[in-house]
Amino acid sequence: MEIVVNGKREFIDQSVSILEYLSLKGLDPNRAVVEHNYHVVKKEEWGNIILKENDQLEVLRFVGGG
Amino acid sequence: MEDLLKIGGVDLKSRLFVGTGKFSSYEVMKNAIGASGSQVVTVALRRIDLESQEENVLNFVPKDCVLLPNTSGARTAEEAVRIARIARAAGCGNWIKIEVISDNKYLLPDNYETIKATEILAKEGFIVLPYMNPDLMVAKRLKEVGAAAVMPLGAPIGTNRGLKTKEMVRILIDEIDLPIIVDAGIGKPSEAAEAMEMGAAAVLVNTAIATAGDPATMARAFDLAVQAGRMAYLSRPGATKLYAEASSPLTGFLE
Repeated sequence: MEIVVNGKREFIDQSVSILEYLSLKGLDPNRAVVEHNYHVVKKEEWGNIILKENDQLEVLRFVGGG
Repeated sequence: MEDLLKIGGVDLKSRLFVGTGKFSSYEVMKNAIGASGSQVVTVALRRIDLESQEENVLNFVPKDCVLLPNTSGARTAEEAVRIARIARAAGCGNWIKIEVISDNKYLLPDNYETIKATEILAKEGFIVLPYMNPDLMVAKRLKEVGAAAVMPLGAPIGTNRGLKTKEMVRILIDEIDLPIIVDAGIGKPSEAAEAMEMGAAAVLVNTAIATAGDPATMARAFDLAVQAGRMAYLSRPGATKLYAEASSPLTGFLE
């Protein structure tokens, strides 16, 4: 199925949670902030949310800025 | 009594806020933040590049600093609110610097959208520090809707041009019963000192430190300048006069 991650369409397997998706990408959960379909998702809930067709995921982090 | 700046329930000893953009490396940035003595550090929020492993800026910011995420990239109040909520969910506190900009040439803030975002986020319990174009009526409205401080620009972001808005900032300091923090444009320690002498509560400096030949030493220079300016303000400078007035006695000269 297809989801949109940071504005780009991507194919992923069925029944993958946000936590599993980020782990597959090799991402350190401590440096990421996630928005799922325009709702901010706390880290504790990443494992509970299973991604569905056409879901929108924003995966963000802090960077240098003024 | 110790001279502390109180914002959002936090007592700050240092009146120099620093940004984390434009440094040649996070290591250089870390040394500069340390040398600045700053207790408030700004960061931005951006999409992660899932294809590359980038370092986490937060690992290079002292743990006892207040993090002040900005809403850079927002062009409307709605976008600023969205970024603020994401930043808070990251678990780094509830301070937010509102930055709403749709002007790409001068990066001047949209005061109208800034007021709207400030109102929404203050109601949600954020400590809101709005970056704004110095205007008295806008500052009054920002106070009414719950801003914790007001951050007028000295000159356009990243220009190092100094306190070009001095007269308008002076009016805000005079009229607004909130900390006035000069943000953007300050290029040299003398300009930071000038803002502090006028009665600014603090200054926020990024480009001037990050783009200096020796950022850590420049950060220390800003720290000293901010302290000097603050001390001068608290000691109430003497009056200025048009004509000379001798400092030495005008009597008892040699014949």
